[in-house]
Amino acid sequence: MLIIGEKLSIIAKRVREAMMKKDKGPIQEIATRQWKEGSGMIDANIGPAEDGGEDLMQWMVTTIQEVVPLPICLDTTNASALEAGLKVHNNEWGRPLINSTSNDPERFPILELAAKYNSQVIGLTVGKGGLPADAEERAAIAAEIMGRAMEYGVPLEDIYLDPLVLQIATSQDHAMKVIEAIKMFQEMNDPAMKTVVGLSNISNGCPKHVRPILNKYYFLMLMNAGLTSAIADAHEMAEALNEKKLLDDVLAGKTIDDAKKMEEIKKTLDVIKGNTLYAHSYLEM
Amino acid sequence: MAFTPTKETYAGKVYPVTIGTGDSAVAFGGENVLPFHSFEGTTPNKPLIAFEIQDVPPSDWPENVQKAFEGISDDPVKWAKYCQNELKAKAIALRLVGTHPDRENRSPEDAVKTVKDVLAAVNVPLIILGSNHAEKDTSILVAVAEAAKDRNCIIGKAQEANYKTIAAAAMANNHKLIAMSELDINLSKQLNILISQMGFDKERVITDPMCSALGYGLEYTYSVMERIRLAALTQNDVTMQQPLLGDVGMYVWKVKETTASEADLPQWGSAEERGIAWEAETATALLIAGAELLIMRHPRAVGVVEKIIEELI
Repeated sequence: MLIIGEKLSIIAKRVREAMMKKDKGPIQEIATRQWKEGSGMIDANIGPAEDGGEDLMQWMVTTIQEVVPLPICLDTTNASALEAGLKVHNNEWGRPLINSTSNDPERFPILELAAKYNSQVIGLTVGKGGLPADAEERAAIAAEIMGRAMEYGVPLEDIYLDPLVLQIATSQDHAMKVIEAIKMFQEMNDPAMKTVVGLSNISNGCPKHVRPILNKYYFLMLMNAGLTSAIADAHEMAEALNEKKLLDDVLAGKTIDDAKKMEEIKKTLDVIKGNTLYAHSYLEM
Repeated sequence: MAFTPTKETYAGKVYPVTIGTGDSAVAFGGENVLPFHSFEGTTPNKPLIAFEIQDVPPSDWPENVQKAFEGISDDPVKWAKYCQNELKAKAIALRLVGTHPDRENRSPEDAVKTVKDVLAAVNVPLIILGSNHAEKDTSILVAVAEAAKDRNCIIGKAQEANYKTIAAAAMANNHKLIAMSELDINLSKQLNILISQMGFDKERVITDPMCSALGYGLEYTYSVMERIRLAALTQNDVTMQQPLLGDVGMYVWKVKETTASEADLPQWGSAEERGIAWEAETATALLIAGAELLIMRHPRAVGVVEKIIEELI
């Protein structure tokens, strides 16, 4: 399981400020911590970065790789910023990953960059027409992305298919559809297609204390479905792995010693599986 | 070979709610089947329709529904009596719309007087609604809940922003409570949980997932109601087993189809018939989605929907 450290995102205030001021300190500190916690790659999310995206992405890639011997997941919709980042990426620490192409024609040129720089690339299974309705639609879009990747000369082994995790608080029925899509994606090629999720979106909009709980058990269920990698909080995922046996026991219908933990797992599984309607206070019911 | 319909059985049931006192008390909810599936289980009560009246003359209502209460609606007491005595209303919903700060901005004292006068004039159960101004409603509904103490009314609407105060007032004065959220099933469930965590009996709550008129988002209300009802029955979700409210009249009698004149749109036919049909259609759709309590305006629309209820249950 490859964990792609999620913390260096322009959405986070501290990170955004450091990016604006080109202050290496916080970026390197966060990157180092994620590496120590078990990340195998670091996501550098600079947003749409319409102005000065090239400089910013280069600065992020070099700033992170100065202190952390890991490849970077270059996360922006700005193709020229991606290219600038790819140019300075230190492949000695592993091959970069582009986040992302999709079935939207505007994102097709990103495959050219992947081919040109021998980069891996995430294929987000959405089109121009909005969100996929179910697992089958995600798989159909994945097939189109795979076909296009071959046209552009990107090997299928370099594609990570991303089914797009949606918020459980508003799109509960998608939680299982995403898990189903992860299973379907793997069967679309031999060797199995690689997969990735932006994990913490599952709990976006949920109360702060609920978020790690949903993140952890959803991650473990995706893992059971064969997930290859996740853009996630490495610390949280390490905790999740420690609880994997507990979750598997509950899934197998066994009773575990820690009654409180058992309740937490059962209630969370019921919400993920759609057996009970999600509400912010679901753990208290 | 005789036809044998397939029957579903459900794990949960809707809480029965009784409002009002004495001979005029009336119940709704209590079924353990999907709407009108009486053949699969028990439907002890029919859906209830309450006539909507308000504390100030309905000058903002379209002419074709104002007309039905001509010479009556200038006074809430007269209006309430007319609904009870002439229209045989089983319940009345008094909307204190005049308390809204952007309207007449009537005070809690004014509202208390209106509520007391109406309660003194009629026996049928009363639903007392604020003006949907979250902040003003707290002072209004607290005052009127006390004024109506022990009359077993429904007080509403409690929303995320004000539920604590309003639920406390309803609880202290032995009323039922409407919990309203804005077309979001998860937030609707959450609000029910929060209210019950205050110690408010969950079986005294009526859920309002927010209404919308035919052609103006009815399908959203419909699907939220439908999913709430399925959660209540198939998943036995105790936080979703409250009866559902369709606050139909106020959403219907402001859309183009009920307000446009015949002069402007002659091809749409009689404006009055059109408005009545629009209200009846919207209400019927919500009954089928799962509503047990409807608040409506036009007597003829109410008549049509009551006939449908009679025929289907």
